[in-house]
Amino acid sequence: MNKRKLRDLIGTKLMLIATLFVSLLFFLIFVLLLFRSGLVLQDNSLFDILFSSTWNPDNSQFGLAPIIIGTILVTGIALLIAIPISLLSAIYIAEYAPWKIRRILRPFIDVLAGVPSVVYGLCAFLFLVPLTKDVIAPWFGVQSTGLCIFTAAVILAVMVFPIIISLCIESFNAVPLALKEASLSVGATKWETVKKVVFRASTPSVIAAILLGFGRAFGETIAINMVIGGIPRIPSSVFSPGETLASLIASKYGELMSIPVHESALMLVALILFVVVLVFNILGVFILRRAKRRWTY
Amino acid sequence: MLSSTIQIETKNLNVYFDKHYVLKDVNIKIPAKQLTAIIGPSGCGKTTLLKSFNRLLEIHDEVKISGNIFVDGQDIFDSKGDEIPDIRKKMGLISQKPYPLPMSIYENVAYGLKIHRKKTKKGELDAAIQHYLQEVGLWNEVKDRLHDPASRLSVGQQQRLCLARAIAVEPEVILCDEPTSALDPIAAQQIEKLLLKLKQNYTVVLVTHTLRQAKRLADYVIFLYFGMVIEQGPAEDVFNNPKNPATIAYIKGDIS
Ligand SMILES: Nc1ncnc2c1ncn2[C@@H]1O[C@H](COP(=O)(O)OP(=O)(O)O)[C@@H](O)[C@H]1O
Ligand SMILES: [Mg+2]
Repeated sequence: MNKRKLRDLIGTKLMLIATLFVSLLFFLIFVLLLFRSGLVLQDNSLFDILFSSTWNPDNSQFGLAPIIIGTILVTGIALLIAIPISLLSAIYIAEYAPWKIRRILRPFIDVLAGVPSVVYGLCAFLFLVPLTKDVIAPWFGVQSTGLCIFTAAVILAVMVFPIIISLCIESFNAVPLALKEASLSVGATKWETVKKVVFRASTPSVIAAILLGFGRAFGETIAINMVIGGIPRIPSSVFSPGETLASLIASKYGELMSIPVHESALMLVALILFVVVLVFNILGVFILRRAKRRWTY
Repeated sequence: MLSSTIQIETKNLNVYFDKHYVLKDVNIKIPAKQLTAIIGPSGCGKTTLLKSFNRLLEIHDEVKISGNIFVDGQDIFDSKGDEIPDIRKKMGLISQKPYPLPMSIYENVAYGLKIHRKKTKKGELDAAIQHYLQEVGLWNEVKDRLHDPASRLSVGQQQRLCLARAIAVEPEVILCDEPTSALDPIAAQQIEKLLLKLKQNYTVVLVTHTLRQAKRLADYVIFLYFGMVIEQGPAEDVFNNPKNPATIAYIKGDIS
């Protein structure tokens, strides 16, 4: 009896400690980044860093504008490609595909989501880079080495597909059969039912899936690093090389860590990544809560 | 035996879920503008039979159907795929638990009308929404919050909203699958009253597992047992003079 109570107590406390530990870790990382990025902010205003366009640490120029633009372009184009394609294929798999095909596709997509990003990066480097260089860019009348924003965005989209597809299928499947029957039985076609009922009932989860996809795209490092060209200059087209925040850290931390101000600049970049992801997550929770209130069934 | 015209008739209807033989040579006639109750123990195939009438079974890959179903004398299986929505439109469906669509009260009733592009003028649509909500006795309860999400209504109100949504497309038949089983007694009574009113203008098919409800409401009764029709006929006959031993046992309450 007493032993059981004690065990219960210890169990509860252990869980609390584990939770506190994780929260503390999160907080510590934030403080560390904040603290370490202070140095670069002594001589440069945050405004200057965010909006000036020259990144040349040797000259003590830490303008992040080209890198921020690169990040926005790569993430934005990736999502622009990924969202419609993912939604269409998720709807197909969840609502239209014959049961047998569905059974093969589901686990296949989950495997795709688990492939390490370096594998995607390598494939992109071997196939997509030459394709962009020799076919796609010339088709648009632009010269490109293939190592560019476009290539990075495409491979990123490919990496985001399985995440969005998988989560969307799950939420489409969660729509009760009776809800679809209700729609069909007033004479709606299948497509009308999918569009107006299945899709609508899943809106909160679809938003969540897209946000998760965004998080993945925004923070993705290595695959982008392999194909973006790594040049922190404002791109003249999507076929120009560029740089993203995450990729910048990956490519520069070795050479820059020896000089304190440089290290501090990279820490600031990390802090920006951290804060943006945090803000988007909080925003996501907010949107989700609102959407849920509106679309519950 | 049947004085009125036949709305739905099945001939040797057989339904399989994969290898599971669910409906066995079902031959029934459902009279128009009357309330027909389909009774029988749980799992005997009542829901399956009901959903065969508007070809809703076929949304499942694993269903196999043979036989004929005539609605207004037309075999519904003669229709091609793109005509199925028109068959379904003839029959409103009320499910066991109410499922309002994930939209406002107003949009729920407007749903079918918008799909069939009826009452496209705003004033007409508003009037139609009011009319159908009045038909199900919901208007006074919701007229001030028509644009609230339908999910905020009580379960009983939701079920009446589903009825309004169904009759808004002017079906001929209303198919109800144990429509009161999720409701409290007062809400259930409201639905029963509504069904009695609606049968003046619609053919009502009511699946129920409570015998007393069938006795209260039905003009015509079909007793289903292990996927077979054991007995069918006018309610007085089936309830007062059941012929088959299984029917007798069910009505006495020995099997349920
Ligand atoms: N989607 C389905 N897949 C497989 N079997 C089903 C499915 N739906 C119903 N059945 C089976 O069909 C039989 C009849 O079910 P149902 O029509 O729901 O009975 P009732 O409504 O009388 O309780 C049951 O044995 C049930 O297991
Ligand atoms: Mg049932």
